[in-house]
Amino acid sequence: MGQLLIFIQQQDGIVSRVSLEALKGAQELAALLDHSLAGIVFGLETLPDELADIRLDEVLLVPAPELTVYSPEYYVAAMDEILSTESPALLIAGHTYQARDWLPRLARRRERPLISDCVGYHHNGELFWVRQIFQGKISTDVTTTPGLVIVSFQSGAFRSDDLGSGSPSVRTLDIDLSQVPSRVYPGERFQDAKSIVDLDRAERIVAVGRGIGEEENLALARELADTLEAGLGSSRPIIDYGWLPHDHQVGSSGQTVSPKLYLGVGLSGAIQHQVGMKNSNCIVAINKDPNAPIFEIADYGIVADLLEIVPRLTTVLKERQEK
Amino acid sequence: MKISVIVRQVPHQESVLKISKDETWIDEENLVFITNESDSYALEEGLLLKESQGGEVVVCTLGPERAGQVLKDALAKGADRAIFLRDDSFDRLDSQGMARAFAAALKDEQFDLILLGLQTDDIGNAQLGPILAEELDLPHATLVVGTEMLGRRVKVKQEQEGGWFQHIEMDLPALLTIQSGINKPRYASLRGIMAMKKKEIRDLTAADLGLNTSDLTPDQVLVRLYVPPKIKDTAFLEGAPDEIVAQLVEKLTNEAKVL
Repeated sequence: MGQLLIFIQQQDGIVSRVSLEALKGAQELAALLDHSLAGIVFGLETLPDELADIRLDEVLLVPAPELTVYSPEYYVAAMDEILSTESPALLIAGHTYQARDWLPRLARRRERPLISDCVGYHHNGELFWVRQIFQGKISTDVTTTPGLVIVSFQSGAFRSDDLGSGSPSVRTLDIDLSQVPSRVYPGERFQDAKSIVDLDRAERIVAVGRGIGEEENLALARELADTLEAGLGSSRPIIDYGWLPHDHQVGSSGQTVSPKLYLGVGLSGAIQHQVGMKNSNCIVAINKDPNAPIFEIADYGIVADLLEIVPRLTTVLKERQEK
Repeated sequence: MKISVIVRQVPHQESVLKISKDETWIDEENLVFITNESDSYALEEGLLLKESQGGEVVVCTLGPERAGQVLKDALAKGADRAIFLRDDSFDRLDSQGMARAFAAALKDEQFDLILLGLQTDDIGNAQLGPILAEELDLPHATLVVGTEMLGRRVKVKQEQEGGWFQHIEMDLPALLTIQSGINKPRYASLRGIMAMKKKEIRDLTAADLGLNTSDLTPDQVLVRLYVPPKIKDTAFLEGAPDEIVAQLVEKLTNEAKVL
């Protein structure tokens, strides 16, 4: 029987939600391949509560002091040593910002492939890893050469609400990192001025994307949002252009929302945006590109010029309110 | 300060993409190609650092002949010279193969800083930067949204999830992957475009770089491309704009019950 490893990211003892989702994927793969499954936790001496009663064969704790605060050089060195002694078939992780910082470097050190931000897999004797490319417009099946494969699963690829029950045994690994040269000096983590726009609580959100075209057109979206008593969200490019402040951003580097109504205006729906909004109850997409990935998850789709639709929609909604 | 910026050419974001007949890539005919968005920000950061610290910016790309355009654009914006990694055997490299090629081209030049965008808008796996840092044995930081030079160290502001940031200092030489939005990329001036024509673009092949077949053989292969399966059964509303709007209001009121 082979072995799978799942890296479980934690911050101050709190396990990352994306890691738990990836853990669900790892459980499925372990069952499919008839492999054992071990979790790996860096920087803690005791098992986080969330892992104490879930289905895992064992948890490897690596309490080395250098791993208390994340730094890519120590993380890569520690995992490199684990992979030299454990020889798993797969090392799985959640596709967090941290994972994308250190896993490529680890993959190069092991000279083995990393399949990043996987959204799933299929199996017919051989494993195919499913990724989205061209900003979600196209899917692809990826195969690898034989040997260790490192995989990071995108947020939402699996659901973490049923992780089964069990009582993993705990093994503490004594890894000496004192000889690893460090050239990286992490400072404190901080948040910029506290978010004023709390989209998390909005029942309705009107969100704009690159397709809005010009900054002046934002006013149309804003008026629609006001009429709907909705929050105003956006995708990354709008923030990068400086058209809206960062706290309006929905997606992997912004807020995660699940309103009753999510109305996307000129949003293409790249995967980084989708992870922040795809659990909305009702998704409406207005985009002139019929192949925009937002239409994969929309309940109602309108393939049209938003300048033709948005002002009319606002007018109709206003008239309705006046009645 | 000696800075290298890696820029890549990708299809324009608004491109309508068609999967090629053999289903292993896209049809590249009739596509408009541009400099990858986050690479443009990386270039601007390199040019700003050169302006404040002095030194040189060397741009480097890997790709087919058309990719030479991203080097010309970068030279027109103010990069000093360019390196073009071009070889038929560079088709469909994986990130590790690509990193080997870039490393071979850059390793003897003693750059203080290597910058690139955090990911390309084609394969988009965001791996090249950290792999290249490992290849060249440099410290790295990803998702950089601010830089500050502190003598022989660079201090970066790194974007993290959920509105969090972190300051990280690194010894030079170092490699940074740049997040979009860090600055305002400039346009090329007419003078810049004229000056570009006199600047050096050095072509390097696999043989020039001392790379053999095993260096370039991928460990991961895209075996099939396909249109993503639909997750929801989208109801498409059609007609004249007024009709579409009327349908939408009706559906949101009576079907979805969200108005």
